[in-house]
Amino acid sequence: MKLFQTIGQSSLKFLAKLGRSSLFLISILTGLAYTFSRPNLLIKQLYSIGVLTFWLIAISGLFVGMVLGLQGVYTLSTFGAESSLGIMVAASLVRELGPVVSALLFAGRAGSALTAEIGLMKTTEQLSAMEMMAIDPLKYIIAPRFFAGFISLPLLAALFSAVGVLGGYLAGVEILSVDSGSYWSQMQSAIDFHDDIINGIIKSIIFAWLVSWIALFEGYDALPTSAGISRATTRTVVNSAFAILLFDFLLTALMYGES
Amino acid sequence: MISIRNLTFSRGNRKIFDNISLEIEPHKITAIMGPSGTGKTTLLKLIAGQLKPDSGTILINQQNVHQLSRTDLYKLRKKMGMLFQSGALLTDMSVYDNIAFPIREHTQLPESMVRTLVLMKLNAVGLRGARHLMPSELSGGMARRVAMARALALDPEMIMYDEPFTGQDPISLGVLVKLIQTLNQTLHLTSIVVSHDVQETASIADYIYLISEGKIAGQGTPEELYNTDSDWVDQFMQGKADGPVPFHYPANDFTTDLLAYKPAL
Amino acid sequence: MQCKSIEILVGLFVSLCITALFFLALQVSNFSDLQDNGSYTVIAHFENTGGLKSKAVVSMAGVPIGRVADISFDPDNYDALVKLRIDARYNKMPSDTSASILTSGLLGDKYIGLTPGGLNEFLQEGDTIELTQSALVLERMISQFLFNSSDKDK
Repeated sequence: MKLFQTIGQSSLKFLAKLGRSSLFLISILTGLAYTFSRPNLLIKQLYSIGVLTFWLIAISGLFVGMVLGLQGVYTLSTFGAESSLGIMVAASLVRELGPVVSALLFAGRAGSALTAEIGLMKTTEQLSAMEMMAIDPLKYIIAPRFFAGFISLPLLAALFSAVGVLGGYLAGVEILSVDSGSYWSQMQSAIDFHDDIINGIIKSIIFAWLVSWIALFEGYDALPTSAGISRATTRTVVNSAFAILLFDFLLTALMYGES
Repeated sequence: MISIRNLTFSRGNRKIFDNISLEIEPHKITAIMGPSGTGKTTLLKLIAGQLKPDSGTILINQQNVHQLSRTDLYKLRKKMGMLFQSGALLTDMSVYDNIAFPIREHTQLPESMVRTLVLMKLNAVGLRGARHLMPSELSGGMARRVAMARALALDPEMIMYDEPFTGQDPISLGVLVKLIQTLNQTLHLTSIVVSHDVQETASIADYIYLISEGKIAGQGTPEELYNTDSDWVDQFMQGKADGPVPFHYPANDFTTDLLAYKPAL
Repeated sequence: MQCKSIEILVGLFVSLCITALFFLALQVSNFSDLQDNGSYTVIAHFENTGGLKSKAVVSMAGVPIGRVADISFDPDNYDALVKLRIDARYNKMPSDTSASILTSGLLGDKYIGLTPGGLNEFLQEGDTIELTQSALVLERMISQFLFNSSDKDK
């Protein structure tokens, strides 16, 4: 009996949270004009969200690409198909690994930082103080961070995929002597701009939306205590991961289902 | 200037305010005191319109705060200044930028004028030389003074202090008390001080309201309250350890409790 | 209020990522193929497409000159109707050009190879290629081979 009670309670709490966060999102979106009329705020956030995550994404992308290259040669050589390494690395990265892994890394680094920052501002009453000064914190603080995340993540995903392809080249062609010509030519004929690259970008745009929304809302909704903030940052990372993987499945099914 | 009539506000099951009414006179310092946790900060938030009461009205200059549209509420807030307990300075800006913040956001004044205003406000609180420091480099007392300067940035008509004296050393205390009084006089402000520091508050307040358990337990000028008939008010004002608010948390008889030990069989 | 260096770094960040995007578009994908210099479509009927896929290469003399635009079933002739989109640069295809479905390598993807004819008339938009050679179906080849070898034994 208790089990049903708990399930019911959790579902109601979840629905309430979903409602709150939707209203939150709508308020952020109405702040679009405000954000673009104050480019300084946006640039500052692009710096702390995008630029500071740059090296993490670039180096991770390089290593993932290199691993794909190594594993690819190892597996494909059993079929005598090493020349298809380029397709394998590029397809894995551009369609799936690029958007998903960069979104997960982004949630862990930038998402949790955002949650902690907003939670701390809530705890030290900075958000209340702003309201008292007749400045809407949703427009001044939250909206620029949301749009900065929305712009940064797709860019970072493109970076991840590109660096990964180069990493695959490094591992496959330079280290394991796969033919460099066939690496690029097979890749170019098989990777379709519309189906693969554009779809990958669409995926990362949706992930950017999700991660920024979750990170900012968890911070805004956190209990104004130190324990509350740490729980909120954990929730950001966990919920972002769930959302990313769920939507990845839905989008992949939608995009690649018919072809 | 501010009329609170029949205000009731609860949080969850607890009634924070039960049908209270009070008046805040213009150009005077009104103190709201009471034991910890009675919701004094909540009252300030209700006055500012950040929280909505369950019933009752709050009128500021004859305007019902909770019936104002968002834009009108923001206009009203520009005439109010609030000093939070921790100062609540924006941590990623310097002292100068913190005070310039409301000016830059709400006016189109050129930077030269903004600079003049900021320096004037900082001078009023005695921190003009500290303008390039970051909030993390300030002591608690200095942070509160900066917050005071920021609350005064837009020349409000009214200023609310949330526990300004809590945890301050004697010198900072003296500075803050002097500032609150002087600013109120020279700028013709209406000040509301929420505190439980009886001595400091009573030395500058023109009128005091004592709130306990959601109701007004006493009100009057400081002299009236010091010479009160009410035992509870007396205990509060004099800081007596025992009285209507008992020293002992409710428990059984002491002797019975001591002798009641039964070893596990 | 804004540090100049922050703005420069943000600009650098955005331009690097956009460069990455261009790299992906040009080097990794078939973007250059999609540069539509204009193209025209011709039709060919095949008895058996043998696994030919849409977007497969159409080539002549081994050089790609277009793509398969669409493959559909023709209910009037009970065969496959394949639409070929040929790049507008190659507009001097003799109208008796023949099309065959070939396999790239032994077990690779199917593609369409065009062999030029000799007529002086050229293929226009919407024309049909009359001479076609269907795909070689591996099973048929094997059964033919077995058939032939058993014949020889007799």
